[in-house]
Amino acid sequence: MNLQRPQAIEFYRQMLLIRRFEEASSRLYMQGKIRGFLHLYIGQEAVAVGAIPALNADDYVVSHYRDHGHALARGMDPKVIMAELCGKVTGSSGGKGGSMHLFDSSRNFMGGYGIVGGQLPIAVGLALAVKYLEQGRVVMCFFGDGAVNQGEFHESLNLASLWKLPVLFFLENNLYGMGTHVDRTHAGGRDIYLTAESYKVPAAQIDGMDVVGVREATTEALARVRDGGGPVFLEAMTYRFRGHSLADPEEYRDESEVTAWRGRDPIEWFGELAVEGGLLSDADVEEIAEEVAASVRESIQFAENSAEPRLDTVYENLYG
Amino acid sequence: MMERPVAEITIREAVARGLREALDRDDRVFLMGEDIGRYEGSYAVTRGFLADYGPDRVRDTPIAESVIVGSAIGAAMGGLRPVVEVMTINFMLLAMDQVVNHAAKLRYMSNGQFSIPLTIRTVTGGGGQLGATHSQSLEGWFASVPGLKVVAPSTPYDALGLLRSAVADDNPVIYAEHALLYGVRGEVPDDWYDVPIGSAAVRRAGKDVTIVASSRMARFAEEAAAALMEKSGHEAEVIDLRTLRPLDTGTIVESARKTGRVVVVDEAWRTGGFAGEIVSTVQEEAFDDLDGPVVRVSGANLPAPYSRKLEAAVYPSPERILQAIERNFGL
Repeated sequence: MNLQRPQAIEFYRQMLLIRRFEEASSRLYMQGKIRGFLHLYIGQEAVAVGAIPALNADDYVVSHYRDHGHALARGMDPKVIMAELCGKVTGSSGGKGGSMHLFDSSRNFMGGYGIVGGQLPIAVGLALAVKYLEQGRVVMCFFGDGAVNQGEFHESLNLASLWKLPVLFFLENNLYGMGTHVDRTHAGGRDIYLTAESYKVPAAQIDGMDVVGVREATTEALARVRDGGGPVFLEAMTYRFRGHSLADPEEYRDESEVTAWRGRDPIEWFGELAVEGGLLSDADVEEIAEEVAASVRESIQFAENSAEPRLDTVYENLYG
Repeated sequence: MMERPVAEITIREAVARGLREALDRDDRVFLMGEDIGRYEGSYAVTRGFLADYGPDRVRDTPIAESVIVGSAIGAAMGGLRPVVEVMTINFMLLAMDQVVNHAAKLRYMSNGQFSIPLTIRTVTGGGGQLGATHSQSLEGWFASVPGLKVVAPSTPYDALGLLRSAVADDNPVIYAEHALLYGVRGEVPDDWYDVPIGSAAVRRAGKDVTIVASSRMARFAEEAAAALMEKSGHEAEVIDLRTLRPLDTGTIVESARKTGRVVVVDEAWRTGGFAGEIVSTVQEEAFDDLDGPVVRVSGANLPAPYSRKLEAAVYPSPERILQAIERNFGL
């Protein structure tokens, strides 16, 4: 990929926004301002930022419960996400969704899904609608290594392939389904993408810590899906630097493993690469950091200053 | 005046007519399910559909209920109005995640950003000696889930009218057809009408006792009411719920206040069954008007046995309804 400066700035800015947003939400969680479960995307930023902005505006994104990074990479306003995490009326779902259930219909961001694997059939259905309506769109569906042992994963791959539906199945393999290593959960071991090939879905494994590589692979995969040949499967090898959620005591990973992956921090790695390659200056890096910090600060203020939902709205939007 | 044309058709024909209308009236409607196309439906509802509408609109699926329902949810979010057939309600258990966690909640969790105009047709009920895994009446389970609507017609008129309402609804509707009612005949007007979701029907007016039921049990209730009249001259009022969610509590409570005696008939298991919900509603809303306890005639707390003799012992029957009325109310 012949990387240009504007692209480099976007990669760096978007990844850093996710990182700082998640660090801030972690702080708010510790302060009790965010409750429930909070699953941070820290460590996996290169996947969302490499993949999602490669889509067109009318394409669909389907996420999982670790959805903040996807939502930000799709262009959702950090303010409405933070407000949703804080359960405020100004949140993306007016405080009715929460961290695992972010939605933005204006961006075809079709949801974070709280049930492991549950989003896959829905993504297949969106693709069915795309094909039925001849819209030429693509559905990008994210899921983790925990989802691939669910029946819904297999049902979805089979049907999407059988009906040649425009889905890009995007596996974020961060090696752990909650606290259990993929070697202990998947008969095929870490090379999960090979499973897709048994459904005649073209599949590849990529480095999920390399934003440039993710973008290249995504662009190629999207072109293939748009050709109408059916779904494509990408497995991005990645790692979450924090626990499964903030309720996670983190006692199941070797310190050396965590340290080794942190040594491959996707933001630091890309930042250094871009500065060394002359795409970004130190001043750029500083400016982006300030811009991102301001945006995150603004999101916190917005969330904290927003009202809680009114009690008399609790029955609203159950039925249409 | 001339009578409006009225045809006598079966429930099977009424459902088929409703499906054809839906396909004819709106290109966004399509059907999807196991063996609905080339096989023409395991209960022969979609006979001729594949030939008439083609494979894009009458889609045979793998046997994979979760992705059948889940992809219909996605298609609904993507602008279509899917009508899915889940071959029997027993197989809905394979799709519980999609129905309960997603279809029922997406509108609420997105605060109205998305709606799910989805009709899930499925076949409920026992009594056909199909054994325990194929004889359940689970529509009451779904009726406990906020975000879903649940209907269970017992006449051809209601089958067509409720299907029209279900397909027009912007919410997920579970439309439960009873396996043993497909051949039931009844009058259906040629003129357009619909049956609103959430409205019960008073099948038979009476002043002495109210019988509340749905689906096949509503027909049993009418038989029991006729037998009661013949035997002792007492009048039973029969309420066919037609919709389990949202429940037409007004019609039930009004009748309970009038008669002071209520029997609830439910094909499903007694423990935790939907009948209990109606009993609670009646005692909360009409306690002062009741002459005695509200009585349930429910399915036995058992997996359905296969043997004809044993199976007959586990389901309500017109005789059992009559006995319950006589025993509890001395009518």
